[in-house]
Amino acid sequence: MEQFTGKVWVLGDDIDTDIIIPTEYLALKTIEDMKKYGFSPLRPELASMIREGDMIVAGKNFGCGSSREQAPEVIKALGVRCVIAKSFARIFFRNSINNGLLLIEQPDLRDHVEEGEEISVAVNSHITYKGRQYPIASLPENLVEILNAGGLVKAMRARNGLDRRKENGTDGH
Amino acid sequence: MGMTIAEKIIALAAGVEEVKAGDIHTVTLDRMMSNDGTTHLTVDMYHTKLKNPRIADPKKMVFIVDHNVPSDSPKTAAAQKKMRDFARENEIDFWEGKGVCHQIMMEHYVCPGELIFGADSHTCTYGALGAFGTGVGCTDLLYGMVTGTSWVLVPETIKFNLTGKLPRGVYPRDLMLTIIGQIGASGASYQVMEFCGDGAGTLSVDDRMVLCNLAVEAGAKTAIFEADQTALDWLAARGRKPKAVFKSDEDAVYVKEYTFDLGKIQPVVARPDFVDDVVLAKEVVGTRIDEAFLGSCNNGRIDDLRVGASILKGRKVSDHVRFLVVPASQEVYLAALEEGLIRVFMDSGAIVMNPNCSVCWGSCQGVIGENEVLISTGTRNFKGRAGHPSSKVYLGSAATVAASAVKGEICTEDLL
Repeated sequence: MEQFTGKVWVLGDDIDTDIIIPTEYLALKTIEDMKKYGFSPLRPELASMIREGDMIVAGKNFGCGSSREQAPEVIKALGVRCVIAKSFARIFFRNSINNGLLLIEQPDLRDHVEEGEEISVAVNSHITYKGRQYPIASLPENLVEILNAGGLVKAMRARNGLDRRKENGTDGH
Repeated sequence: MGMTIAEKIIALAAGVEEVKAGDIHTVTLDRMMSNDGTTHLTVDMYHTKLKNPRIADPKKMVFIVDHNVPSDSPKTAAAQKKMRDFARENEIDFWEGKGVCHQIMMEHYVCPGELIFGADSHTCTYGALGAFGTGVGCTDLLYGMVTGTSWVLVPETIKFNLTGKLPRGVYPRDLMLTIIGQIGASGASYQVMEFCGDGAGTLSVDDRMVLCNLAVEAGAKTAIFEADQTALDWLAARGRKPKAVFKSDEDAVYVKEYTFDLGKIQPVVARPDFVDDVVLAKEVVGTRIDEAFLGSCNNGRIDDLRVGASILKGRKVSDHVRFLVVPASQEVYLAALEEGLIRVFMDSGAIVMNPNCSVCWGSCQGVIGENEVLISTGTRNFKGRAGHPSSKVYLGSAATVAASAVKGEICTEDLL
């Protein structure tokens, strides 16, 4: 079972996609260009303080709002290992899995954890914070397959054999 | 066991007899829509991440440029060119400047019983015609485009039993904001909001679009009405036929039920920065505004323009307010022109813009500055949604927005 430890940044309820990456920065050319504006309407300094392997812990309905896939991509590009929230908005949830960003639902941790503290995550089992264990559910199998492949496109390539179609001469188009 | 409308649509698309909430199914998609918010990303992935890709069925694809129309920078022009060229090369239906994507989809494509993915969160609008429309990201869209299929987790359904009739001066927008205020921004997370009851029957297809469109602001996967005679007449007038007309079974399973008496709904406003922070409009009357916006896929249809024009007629927009009027499509625009509504707006001092998403998504048109206040018929009022992070957005009905534009502060129709 995959395990990792890291520092947490703590956010509130209803963190929407316009906060994660505001509209005005979506025209920037790459996710790398966009990432320094991540969370800027709420906490302009946050993006520059997040380090590789850090985690975000938030309240309910994380990622509500638009279907912009730049939202999970920016979070991933900032080096965030996973987002742990009381609940996630559904389009953001799909987009995150599809981009290989791990999301974990946990109802209680947000109200106990302090920003800057360390937590340990045992995927599909529990989170440990100050000696207390917070249980987490297992992801459905088809989602694990996508996450493990590193996102939906890679999973699609693996599963549908799209890469091989023409080489095998089976592409009828 | 009985099924809901949403479950029946998924079962049909999955080619199985029965589905139940919590099942995961592979479905064949009836249609896919993508707009200029993210299509360039889908095209990039198509070309760079896949070897020898192909489109499963170009006839199921619709590309619509509506978020930045006309383009406002070399960057958006380049993104739109990528989308335009790809559509032409692959014989994909392409629309540009003709209207907001969901309005175009409703006017020209959506049919009852279809399962539709759209790379835009407000794709849930299509439930107004008894279709299952849901928003996805550009990677899901790419997967659907290439394989013709996707996976869905069958959602639970919440029943919203609507009774009675909206009073005069109260609009579907007030009803839906009231519902979201009561159940909260995640009150229907991952679930379907099914609207039914005699009150639902009193609503026009345009009214139903207002309700379904905002369902995502309660976290819903989609919202849906039964395709009744009202919906079928609307469809027939546009020369289309349903894929399938479904009713929920008597013994269908609902996770929760609410009843709303339409007769008791009053004008409401959602306060910044949350769509579920809903209060009676009278509680915020007097709040000074800098800009007012009448438009969007939620509230830029002919009914809304009629309401706005009836209030503006013989009156002037307050001299410290910019009032943007943005019809949701060219069809709406032309109807408004023929009815003389555009003249009324212009005579009052409003700025009438071409059909597009406009200030609702905070780019291209009417972006507001530091500490400015907007009252809007748009879909969202998140922090910084319409411009500067310190700016504020209130959401209200077309009537409340128009009355506020005249007064220069938040005002309801009856107080003018």
